[in-house]
Amino acid sequence: MDAPKRYHSVQLDKSRCKGCTNCLMHCPTEAIRVRDGRAHIIAERCIDCGECIRICDYHAKVAVTDKFDTIKAFRYAIALPAPSLYGQFRNLQSVQPVLSALKKIGFDDVFEVARGADIVSRAIAQKLREPNLPRPLISSACPAVVRLIQVRFPDLIPHIVDVRQPMEVAAMIARTEFCKKHNCEPADVGVFFITPCPAKMTAIRSPIGQQKSCVDGAISMMEIYGLLRPYISQNAEDVEAEATSYGIGWAASSGEAKAVCPDNSLVVDGIENCSRVLEEIENNKLSDLVFFEGNACTGGCVGGPLTFENNYVAKNAIRKLVDNARQQRPERPAQSVPASMMTKYPLYMDAPILPNSAIQLDSDITVALDKMERINQILQDLPGYDCGSCGSPTCRTFAEDIVCGYCNEMFCIHKLKDRLKVMAQQMVELAQMKRE
Amino acid sequence: MTALIHQEYPIAAEDYTRAGEASADIKRRLKQLGVSSMVLRRVAVASYEVELNLVIHSRGGVLTLEVEPDRVRLVSRDVGPGIPDVELAMREGYSTANEEARSLGFGAGMGLPNMKRNADQFAIESAVGVGTTIEMSFCLQ
Repeated sequence: MDAPKRYHSVQLDKSRCKGCTNCLMHCPTEAIRVRDGRAHIIAERCIDCGECIRICDYHAKVAVTDKFDTIKAFRYAIALPAPSLYGQFRNLQSVQPVLSALKKIGFDDVFEVARGADIVSRAIAQKLREPNLPRPLISSACPAVVRLIQVRFPDLIPHIVDVRQPMEVAAMIARTEFCKKHNCEPADVGVFFITPCPAKMTAIRSPIGQQKSCVDGAISMMEIYGLLRPYISQNAEDVEAEATSYGIGWAASSGEAKAVCPDNSLVVDGIENCSRVLEEIENNKLSDLVFFEGNACTGGCVGGPLTFENNYVAKNAIRKLVDNARQQRPERPAQSVPASMMTKYPLYMDAPILPNSAIQLDSDITVALDKMERINQILQDLPGYDCGSCGSPTCRTFAEDIVCGYCNEMFCIHKLKDRLKVMAQQMVELAQMKRE
Repeated sequence: MTALIHQEYPIAAEDYTRAGEASADIKRRLKQLGVSSMVLRRVAVASYEVELNLVIHSRGGVLTLEVEPDRVRLVSRDVGPGIPDVELAMREGYSTANEEARSLGFGAGMGLPNMKRNADQFAIESAVGVGTTIEMSFCLQ
């Protein structure tokens, strides 16, 4: 298990919640319940994918990220733009205008996460060549997919490739290079990821596969977009863009696969689609694949809940940037990173990825078996509508919640109606009773 | 009292739209019971193979899941057609899957060998015209 108190970027704004069942029905880990007319997130199960943020019509689900002003707490601040940030602007010929604008709004330096992605790509490509690894290896880039595996597919943890996320690698290099250049202490420098999603924010506060994150905070792409917009101009020659087009391509689904294993990968986007394919990997049905890239969001990171632009438009913008970059300088994937870079910084995870036992009925199998038997019995008496009006997403989860003591059968509106019918009948019978 | 789960899944012949649902439910249950990842993965593969075998090769049957604190047991019973040469059927690469099954990516001839490899105990009995019974057990301790 992780730390007892779990950090989550995804939070509920109680004042806005109507207690409807939209989020309930779309949560991939069945982590939401409606109780007392408001949604509740079961912290142990939440994977911060942000599906509930997307689905809530009342904007009651929010992603907590660091405000832009937080950068002032540090003497120096470095921006780490996720490649998906470039997709937020139309008609860009190159990424320089975005990098330049980040400096204009107050960052002292900018380091492209796409450069981190280039290095990570090479590390994964190397990893894929090692013998005796489970097939397919699963990308560790999307923290929501990794957490989905921890909760729902713990037996697939050995498939997860143990290379750090591009954001982490970028943060390490950015800080080291900046301190060297400006002769300052690492603690003087704040490194901020410009994030398309809450899952990355959570990955910074409670890292997966890493003792401690190298990133100091995450600023929502939505907030940064408005600040950057006025400063985007095509003639921005003051900053160098060093990442390859492959690194930039990580912004959208299939970008990672194209960089690490173009010949034998499977790319899936959307969290429900990922679940379905992970089921197949579990059944050994896809063991002829070398690499699986799963993105929780439709279209990949450009579809993150904190992005501004429509994900299809953004994906198209990324495609144009990638094409342009390739015309300007021909590249080959993963090989443009100098070999020296591969040993200079720690690129592999330094902590194990542990299973999350939040869906277990009990830690003692005898007790769990007993509970499962009671769940089966209760389930037989439930209507099977999966309507959610009891506050649990399905009749089955409702039965589980009853057995675990979180609610009782009368939360089911259909059971309640039946019971009322019987009671009404009894009242009629009572009223019609004659004095003996 | 020994707590015990006994769950029966009727499987219809050639019902590809529902194929995999029983093994998905079995996996879900074992995860809720906290079965270790190593065993879970082996049961996942074996239950999927045995379910698909019922869909592809049998005239229909029942897959049964039994869980006790120290073991998981899977039993597949079908109503025919039966396997004429069990030894041959157990060989890797041997398959009698029809065109439809092959066009869906099945029929690699690894079904039975995969079951045997993944189960701690494996037994198969078959009689032509009667049916086939496969029993597999997995130790939990």
